[in-house]
Amino acid sequence: MNAVLQSLQPPARHTNEDEEDAWGYGNLDQRGGVRGMMVPRVPDPAAFLNLHTDSISSNPAAKIKLAHGTTTLAFRFKGGIIVAVDSRATAGSYIASGTVKKVIEINPYLLGTMAGGAADCQYWETYLGMQCRLHELRNKERISVAAASKILSNIVYQYKGMGLSMGTMICGWDKTGPALFYVDSDGSRLKGDLFSVGSGSTFAYGVLDQGYSYDLSDEEAQELGRRSIIAAGHRDAFSGNTCNLFHVRENGWEFIANYDVNELWYEYEAKKKAGASQAQAQKDEGMAVE
Amino acid sequence: MECSFGLTGKDFVLLAADTSAGRSIIQMKDDENKIKALGPHIAMAYGGEAGDTNNFADFVDRNLRLYQIRNHTPLLPAAASAWIRRSLAESLRSRHPYSVNLMLAGFDITDSTSHLYWIDYLGTKAIVPYAAHGLGQYLALSTMDKWWTEGVDKREGIEILKKCVDEVGKRSTLKFKFNCILIDASGIHHINLDSSDPIAEMEQAGKAAEVINPNPPLDVGITA
Repeated sequence: MNAVLQSLQPPARHTNEDEEDAWGYGNLDQRGGVRGMMVPRVPDPAAFLNLHTDSISSNPAAKIKLAHGTTTLAFRFKGGIIVAVDSRATAGSYIASGTVKKVIEINPYLLGTMAGGAADCQYWETYLGMQCRLHELRNKERISVAAASKILSNIVYQYKGMGLSMGTMICGWDKTGPALFYVDSDGSRLKGDLFSVGSGSTFAYGVLDQGYSYDLSDEEAQELGRRSIIAAGHRDAFSGNTCNLFHVRENGWEFIANYDVNELWYEYEAKKKAGASQAQAQKDEGMAVE
Repeated sequence: MECSFGLTGKDFVLLAADTSAGRSIIQMKDDENKIKALGPHIAMAYGGEAGDTNNFADFVDRNLRLYQIRNHTPLLPAAASAWIRRSLAESLRSRHPYSVNLMLAGFDITDSTSHLYWIDYLGTKAIVPYAAHGLGQYLALSTMDKWWTEGVDKREGIEILKKCVDEVGKRSTLKFKFNCILIDASGIHHINLDSSDPIAEMEQAGKAAEVINPNPPLDVGITA
């Protein structure tokens, strides 16, 4: 009987004392992970998460569907950095929300974008904000974008293969000028001038690449970012609703506006039609004169 | 998909690696440097699992720097290759093995010999006169088999490397850009493969073509 009872008991949890021993500096553990951040208490956390969530996308039938589809983009140009994102959150084929804030304001000089698991991005980028503030207090100067993005990439690298899912761009202005880094849960960290992340990224790249130049004016750059998100919102079923636009300049970031993707798309279509018919009219007129 | 080449000659070693970076079908970058200088006469080209690559390369870089600080002399290529191979072999038997393939190139200034090591994530180390990782193995190893000869000079070496890069451009559906370095007795130099005479361009550029040694000997007022 005792044996049966014992087998029904939940597995013994680690006590606080032995976790205390495992902690390293400050609120980090010895491996640099975050104190109190738990991974599933199973022999293979990755396999466990894979079974129950669709985070690694290898098991679409999983019961827990994490917020996934997204389009985010950011690019560097002479006037700073443009950051544009959509606002749709989907769980499977269901639109869970149309008003998600996918730009995370880390501090007045740093922005992070959110693609992949919404919770992972939100949690770790907020945490990054704390670390950036601590850097400021310790060193009496603002953290560089390179260093900030490396903090994030080092953290997610610690959790590699354990089911974290995030693709993020860290954007900001530091001593070196505007800087843009792509960081993802594989542990990749790339410095670049132009990135787009998420299920709609291919569609956004299609517009962005063809219209991009470093010498764009502020207005042109904002329009390019907006137009690229609208394009992705139209073509990608997992992106859409609204577009949030930010502009990073020397004195920090500025929120430009929120735009309705559908409204803008039909506005662009109407303009395109009007332009086409006007061109046709001019052609006809020219022929009549000849 | 990745691609890198290495080639030794009489008094030099060449390394070339593609410069693309991305996720699955999307190329996010076409100018990522995947060759790391590890000392005044030693460098490696690395590839493999995203995240692991840079992390392992940093790990190697810093350990070689530590060695140089402790001993006032850089690790010679043969010793460095053994240390790197062992790190990968130990990592393979850990919970999170590094999935990194690399080629280590170095010039031993003590006996003026060039060295090339082909190392994979399983901890295989081969001492080779020329080698390739990734697509290059399938497409251009035969090219090197055909054209490489013992004691090729710098110009011939570059010509062979150009043949390999050209072959990959011809037969692969992917488009690669390549980043190239040359190591000789005077250090590590950038090579512009698109130039009509890369060696002349390198010699002309002089200091400007030098790859900065990430591990300069520390001046601590002690002479070894």
